Amino acid sequence: MAYALQQLINGVTLGMIYGLIAVGYTMVYGIIGMINFAHGDVFMIGSFLSLIALLGLSALGITSVPLALALTLLFAAAIAALYGWTVERIAYRPLRGSFRLAPLISAIGMSIVLQNFAQVSQGARSKPMTGLIPGGFGLTIEGFTVQLSYVQISIVATTLSMLALFTWLVTRTSLGRSMRACEQDLKMAGLLGIDTDRTISLTFVIGAALAAVAGLMFLLYYGVIDFYIGFIAGVKAFTAAVLGGIGSLPGAVLGGLAIGLIETFWSAYFSTQYKDVAAFSILIIVLIFMPTGILGRADVEKV
Amino acid sequence: MTALLSLAGVTAYYGAIQALKGVDVEVNEGEIVTLIGANGAGKSTLMMTICGSPRARDGRITYDGQDITQLPTHLIMRRDIAQSPEGRRIFPRMSVYENLLMGAHGRPAAEASETMEQVFGLFPRLRERRLQRGGTLSGGEQQMLAIGRALMSRPRLLLLDEPSLGLAPLVVRQIFGAIRELNRTTGLTVLLVEQNAFQALRLAHRGYVLVNGAITMAGTGADLLARPEIRAAYLEGGH
Repeated sequence: MAYALQQLINGVTLGMIYGLIAVGYTMVYGIIGMINFAHGDVFMIGSFLSLIALLGLSALGITSVPLALALTLLFAAAIAALYGWTVERIAYRPLRGSFRLAPLISAIGMSIVLQNFAQVSQGARSKPMTGLIPGGFGLTIEGFTVQLSYVQISIVATTLSMLALFTWLVTRTSLGRSMRACEQDLKMAGLLGIDTDRTISLTFVIGAALAAVAGLMFLLYYGVIDFYIGFIAGVKAFTAAVLGGIGSLPGAVLGGLAIGLIETFWSAYFSTQYKDVAAFSILIIVLIFMPTGILGRADVEKV
Repeated sequence: MTALLSLAGVTAYYGAIQALKGVDVEVNEGEIVTLIGANGAGKSTLMMTICGSPRARDGRITYDGQDITQLPTHLIMRRDIAQSPEGRRIFPRMSVYENLLMGAHGRPAAEASETMEQVFGLFPRLRERRLQRGGTLSGGEQQMLAIGRALMSRPRLLLLDEPSLGLAPLVVRQIFGAIRELNRTTGLTVLLVEQNAFQALRLAHRGYVLVNGAITMAGTGADLLARPEIRAAYLEGGH
């Protein structure tokens, strides 16, 4: 019982990180119908940017942890957003209107470029970081102590506030309305005077910023990163987006939570080696019975 | 008098297929001009080419004295031009209210709510369905929404593509009545594409006939209605 509770806490924390990344996949898919395979690598870049910022801030003598984290979050999100914008501008926009596979291939190329860039500039070895937020709550039930660390609380709280902010942006603001209009009918959006290229750029910018936040969370949670984390986390988050129903924002978060929980519980009760097999098998089973994912919709509309 | 909108020798292509073969059309301020022609004649292409999508390959499109041929679509649409396109293209997962707001993109909020009241006055059905999703509306309601959305930007020139398609005669009459009313009271200039040539020519001041991407006839509405070749080709059994 206590053991299961512990796994639930761990699974939710991990799921939140996947969910944040998955939002970026699903948003871009919704608006231009392509899978941005470089998104996982933008997450990795965000993680490195966070590490650099944290080290830099401590060198500058900033000792307040909340302040350092807030500054790091802003820094990583801003620079990663610039990466997201650049990737779209140089690798995808010139291919718009070309055949469907072209931007997909370009995305894989971009992913390799970013990975190798991180490997060359930061080195191939994994980078450790000492825990910034030590401690947590412990609750002993039936001789087993359930740990809820402050890091986990911060991750869940930050993710939820980011998602709240993001939901507000998409549902309540003029930019969000433009994004949804582009997602539902790009050509019509242009006919209403919306600068569709700019809206697409902003979608990449927002997705990349969220991925950078996830990168910071990942760094805090695991305390070690390398140039390859983007690939694995990217595939998981992509799976989460598909599982939740690609194109659906709540679906992405739900899918992230599902993947995080499946992975954690499988590792806890069966075997760590096969956790990815479990996650992907469940994806396949869900897609056989619900091809559009949990919250996805079939593309049937009244004409 | 210089025309509000003028197309001179405009050609347009879809891939390798030439859809417009040197079209000359003029629309004066305050006029309702209709463009009639068979399916596939290039009527909708002409409407979209005015908006820069597809872009005209040759020729010149001027609006209000300025060359807009090479402008990107969103900049053309920000110059008091609005289009209610073929197939209506309502945003299916947005409410009626949000669809209308999209029409007022980039305009001040106070102006948008004022214009929305006018649109509701024109189409009271839309007020009743304000919170309903666009995709769940009936065909006629969607058409009203498409026109209402186009009016939200307070256009000088309204491009109206097949507003009667698939609608019951009563609804068509209501929509045509609304267009005439707008033209009379606000001086709105309208370029109307229609399959329903009889009604369109009765409504319009002038008309053009488009055949295979080229203009073959032009004249006042009454003049075109009286021509035997028009009656034979577009009107027999058509209304």
